[in-house]
Amino acid sequence: MEFEPPSPTYPSHMEEEKMRTSFLALGLATVATAAVAQDKPVLTVLTYDSFTAEWGPGPAVEKAFEATCACDLQFVAAGDGAALLSRIQMEGAASDADVVLGLDTNLTAAAAATGLFAPHGQTWKNTLPVAYDDATFLPYDWGWFAFVHDKAKLPQPPASFEDLAASDVKIVIQDPRSSTPGLGLLMWVKAAYGERAGEIWQGLADNVVTVTPGWSEAYGLFLEGEADMVLSYTTSPAYHLIAESDDSKAAAAFAEGHYLQVEVAGKLAATDQPELADAFLAFIGTDAFQSVIPTTNWMYPAVTPAAGLPAGFETLIQPATSLLLSSDEALAARDAALAEWQAALAR
Amino acid sequence: MASRAGAISVPWAAALAAALLAAMTLGTAGVVALRAGAALPTAADWAAVRFTLLQAALSAGLSCLLAVPVARALARRRFPLRGALITLMGAPFLLPVIVAILGLLAVFGRSGIVNDALALLGLPRITVYGLHGVVLAHVFLNLPLAVRMLLMGWQAIPAERFRLAQSLGLSPFAMLRHLEWPMLRATVPGAFVTIFTLCLASFAVALTLGGGPAATTVELAIYQALRFDFVPERAATLAVVQFLLCAGALAAGWGLLRDTGFGAGIGRRAELPAPPGWRRGVDVAAIGLAALFLLLPLSAVVLRGVAGLADLPQGTGPAALRSLAVAVGSTVLTTGAALALALAVARRAGGARLFDLAATLPLAASSLVIGTGLFLLLRPWAAPSDMAIPVTVAVNATLALPYAYRLLLPEARALHSDYDRLARALDLTPLARLRLVTLPRLARPLGFGAGITAALSTGDLGVITLFAGETDATLPLFIHGLMGAYRMEAAAGAALLLVLLSFGLFALFDGLGRHAAP
Repeated sequence: MEFEPPSPTYPSHMEEEKMRTSFLALGLATVATAAVAQDKPVLTVLTYDSFTAEWGPGPAVEKAFEATCACDLQFVAAGDGAALLSRIQMEGAASDADVVLGLDTNLTAAAAATGLFAPHGQTWKNTLPVAYDDATFLPYDWGWFAFVHDKAKLPQPPASFEDLAASDVKIVIQDPRSSTPGLGLLMWVKAAYGERAGEIWQGLADNVVTVTPGWSEAYGLFLEGEADMVLSYTTSPAYHLIAESDDSKAAAAFAEGHYLQVEVAGKLAATDQPELADAFLAFIGTDAFQSVIPTTNWMYPAVTPAAGLPAGFETLIQPATSLLLSSDEALAARDAALAEWQAALAR
Repeated sequence: MASRAGAISVPWAAALAAALLAAMTLGTAGVVALRAGAALPTAADWAAVRFTLLQAALSAGLSCLLAVPVARALARRRFPLRGALITLMGAPFLLPVIVAILGLLAVFGRSGIVNDALALLGLPRITVYGLHGVVLAHVFLNLPLAVRMLLMGWQAIPAERFRLAQSLGLSPFAMLRHLEWPMLRATVPGAFVTIFTLCLASFAVALTLGGGPAATTVELAIYQALRFDFVPERAATLAVVQFLLCAGALAAGWGLLRDTGFGAGIGRRAELPAPPGWRRGVDVAAIGLAALFLLLPLSAVVLRGVAGLADLPQGTGPAALRSLAVAVGSTVLTTGAALALALAVARRAGGARLFDLAATLPLAASSLVIGTGLFLLLRPWAAPSDMAIPVTVAVNATLALPYAYRLLLPEARALHSDYDRLARALDLTPLARLRLVTLPRLARPLGFGAGITAALSTGDLGVITLFAGETDATLPLFIHGLMGAYRMEAAAGAALLLVLLSFGLFALFDGLGRHAAP
């Protein structure tokens, strides 16, 4: 939609007038977009902020899917992965959303328990390093959690949690009560050590510089030199390598194996566009969607595209052991694991 | 007679503002509670309450204590760029939290200036993480507010009183006792309570610098209950706990509040006595140290940001424009409401106590609870993304109101006791009185309050996260998104832009107020 620009002959002192005009234009633009959108059926996908950002997968996915569906794909962003679940619970069956994209396996048990999701009915096979087959939730990408460090500043990173606990390496982690990576770390230690998890956390307590509310604060502190390592993903060094031509970062391989974060999508039972929703879920399994993921979401695609992974991904560590609790196990273990974590770190 | 009758009737503008505030705070918490009922607080919640109170009391106490020598020095010394320094020193209060934290860490962090200096001297490194780090950050964020509130107290003492004291040959100590102490008794409790309640709602600062789960605040527990576990009944209970804590603090503050009772001066802004000798040295040190403490981290923010300005993504401009619109909208709402409330309370109109309470409620409210309440309330009527900007304006206006109000109230009281009889004797119409007496006399706190509101609304990252759709991101949300996608440098650049915007708005309104003051 084009608009006439405000006349250039305005006297220069009429700043407010110009401002008012541009706000008006902004408002008109919104109305106009809504009007255009009415022509086609609308598929609404509820997802997290960073998916829809101009640098995220959203724009490319939208363009590719709209080329096939004769529909209007609209993303609605709702904070992070955990916030998505609370948004669905707040909206219940009244939600406008047809598909929810961005939950992870630590949240799917709670999401399924809401009864708001319908079986996806898809038959395409994923290439995850563990068997993951769920009737309700479809994986669209995944990553191994890992501690990322600077190779020059920490040439000999610890090779296991016990190694890390015995060292004086400083780490920054995320709070499992407010962030999905933080919860993932909790599950990682639980999956690797079971009964000994509390003991491991006590050993780690003096390595933890601080606990941040979310991933971005932790990663920011790490880049500012506040810690030697940060809890992130094995794919994080790929961002620095590919987007910044900086090969100084690496992820440390841990002998216990690495816990997986599997990000999933699900169809809401109350959708008014079931066919479009199914088409979108099928589209997730295609190269058009999957090839966008590695260099926008900086995760592994759920189905490796025919052309393979982008150059640079071959430099990343490949953990021999992948750990993943089933969503029911994760839900059952969560409260006790959280209590262990709190007791160990609340010095 | 008409004006007299108006004075004892209920002031409708103030009543409307108070009702809206109560709806935005208590009403939204009620909606959350109605939806879910309530749950008893757990042992972990009580631990969070203890930590919250401890850090808030320390932060507010230290901020006020440090503000006294700084404000006093600023009140009585004149030096080049004094006005610019006062304005600039207000900036930390306006920073988005994570930006402020990163700025502080550039100075006090593991690889910050202080530790580098200590290492050069062969001294052991200090760590900023722990209760002291939380207090340090809260003092950094709130000292500017305390200084400005006290500075206004000093400036509100009519110059005639100081001149009289001088001609009576009062010693500096006697002057402190008879002039400055009563002023501090009237101003410090307000500043303390404001900062205390502000720190009660701390979440990211407390957790990030607190070093671990021992530094859990009530606000984090609310966040967890609402956003992560979705147990609204716990959130409602915790919101009630938060309200009670603030109510306690406010009740204590009321008990301590006194009127200064200086009476009116002729309104000339004369030089305060500036004692020479060692007192001059103390003042120089107070101003110098405060400036260093507040401006070093700020410079770090600027330096980090300049590099990122080059590769700002396309979305930055529209996001900045939306933030500006939000800021201007909330400023208009807040300033009008704060003026109506402060005037009604100052002349002890019917319901004054209730108005005062309503104007203070938002300090105790959690923006997350307000947001969730509004979401539950409005969701059946409209799509969340259609309401994102109006709701953000309303919530920001609500949250900023206590500051604008607190800044206005002491001067509105002074205005009432000093000019009410004169205005009545002259039989001024309400409009003439507003134009000739009220607005000029209150221009300074009005401008400062509007500046703070505009800046806080520009930088707020709260309720917008609940409502924003695909294309409604404000600048803080946009920065959050950049940081969440590894783009720390671009985020630093956008944060610098945000700081410039909020600071520009602040300086604009504050300057207008100072310019319009007699």
